[in-house]
Amino acid sequence: MKAGQPPDMAAAAAEPPAGEAPHLAQRAGARRAGRRREAPRGDATRRRRRPPAPLLNVLSLAAGLAVWALVAAHGVGGLPGPAAVGRRAVDMLRDGTLEGDMLASVRRVLAGFALGTALAVLLGLLMGWYPVVRALCEPYVQFFRTIPPLALIPLAVVLMGIGETPKIFVIFLAAFLSSVVATLQGVVGVDRTLIDAARVLGARDSTVFLRVVIPAAAPFILVGMRIGLGSAWATVVAAELIAAQEGLGFRMQHAETYYDLDTIFVGLVAIGVLGLVMDRLLLLAERRLTRWQERR
Amino acid sequence: MTARTSPPKISFREVTRSFPVKGGTFTAVDRVSLDVGEREFVTIVGPSGCGKSTLLNLAAGLAEPTSGEVVVDGRRVTGPGPDRGMIFQQYALFPWLSVRRNVEFGLRVAGVGAAERRRRTDEAIDLVGLGDFADALPKTLSGGMKQRCAIARAYAVDPDVLLMDEPFGALDSLTRVQLQDQLLDTWRQQTRTVVFVTHDVEEAVYLAGRVVVMAARPGRVHQVIDIPLPYPRTEETRLSAEFAALRNQVWGAVHHQEAPAEPPAR
Repeated sequence: MKAGQPPDMAAAAAEPPAGEAPHLAQRAGARRAGRRREAPRGDATRRRRRPPAPLLNVLSLAAGLAVWALVAAHGVGGLPGPAAVGRRAVDMLRDGTLEGDMLASVRRVLAGFALGTALAVLLGLLMGWYPVVRALCEPYVQFFRTIPPLALIPLAVVLMGIGETPKIFVIFLAAFLSSVVATLQGVVGVDRTLIDAARVLGARDSTVFLRVVIPAAAPFILVGMRIGLGSAWATVVAAELIAAQEGLGFRMQHAETYYDLDTIFVGLVAIGVLGLVMDRLLLLAERRLTRWQERR
Repeated sequence: MTARTSPPKISFREVTRSFPVKGGTFTAVDRVSLDVGEREFVTIVGPSGCGKSTLLNLAAGLAEPTSGEVVVDGRRVTGPGPDRGMIFQQYALFPWLSVRRNVEFGLRVAGVGAAERRRRTDEAIDLVGLGDFADALPKTLSGGMKQRCAIARAYAVDPDVLLMDEPFGALDSLTRVQLQDQLLDTWRQQTRTVVFVTHDVEEAVYLAGRVVVMAARPGRVHQVIDIPLPYPRTEETRLSAEFAALRNQVWGAVHHQEAPAEPPAR
């Protein structure tokens, strides 16, 4: 399979909340291409048409805030303005609730994501390499993929109580299911000639797997991890509806009963910012690890 | 060149390779027998689908014959091994490794010590003239440089036999001529047995001591033509009347074969 395909594949495998991942990857690819010494044909023209992205990003953000403030000032739906939300955020930071909630949510996401992607990568690699493992596991993977992890919350609560376990389990499942298929595709799509080349150079199966298949599948694995992270974030809020004592989802749920829109907005923005930061960190890792890819 | 006193280096003995397709069997090569001598440079030409690449895969041990056997150095081929290097048309460089790491891949796999590995890697890289690009990633190289890197990678493990599958097929004609001369140079420096598959008649004649012309459907040896032009071969060779005559002869053998049996499946 050609380099540069993982983002396309991500679009096919993406769960709705992670749908933006391929878009981000493409943008990053274009930026990278611009920095390269000998840019491939077509890139130059594409770059010329594109205005400076960071400037537009800032402008767009400012415009969004302005519209928000305007709408809020006209009292549409009792919407709080950015200033009110900002004040509430500062209050919540002062009394420590926001930090506590963020920490609780991040801890759950990270635990579920780490467990989920670790198992997904391991199983995806094995499924891609051993047809027997694939035949044994694929029915379950495909079946559970059709069940939204959130639908398992009632079951998780009954089986695991209302502590941290069911919350992390649901996040784990979301992250696992969305990245296992990407890893599998990555392994299955490894260029046959690369494997042949390694074998002709004397590599045995284990060496081919470690030195050729895993690095060749790495771009797919990393895209899978980013999708998994998206799914984990998408799941954490709902998971925190299960009798949580803290966490951004819990705080918003709690605020809802008091009609406290400011706090709900603080929660939303915090989730967005945290998700973005974590995605960027993964993107950074992805860039470092797949610098060798030819990008179109 | 063709007078072979020693036993053949590579021996295809009644080799057939076929596989089932929808509604029958496709025979890629049909009872091919061919001997390649020690240190001989043989090229294989033929129309597409004549099984020339299949022959290479069989010799490399990447494919198994349905019947017959391929014998290298008196031993039946049962799988790939570092004694038989292979060059692919699409280079097959590991894109995540630098030129140096690509070239030393086979040595690492074989567990060659660091100092020795370094020496042999440098040697191979210098041989193909990529010294200035040792730390470059494949994506930054031109097609010709990629193929030179692949050739260095094959040379580094010092195989007796070099199997080349249309290695210059994707290159522009100027680069192709350069690499042909370079290949002949290195072949004369460190002689080994070369089996070189191509669809370019001129290339086949220029490089080889012997050209094997194959026919398609089913793939089989059509004609074997000796090329008694002396090495080293140069531009002069390329423009000589003898060369033209031989090229015409091979051309005729490739392009004026009797019509193939119609249905591709047998």
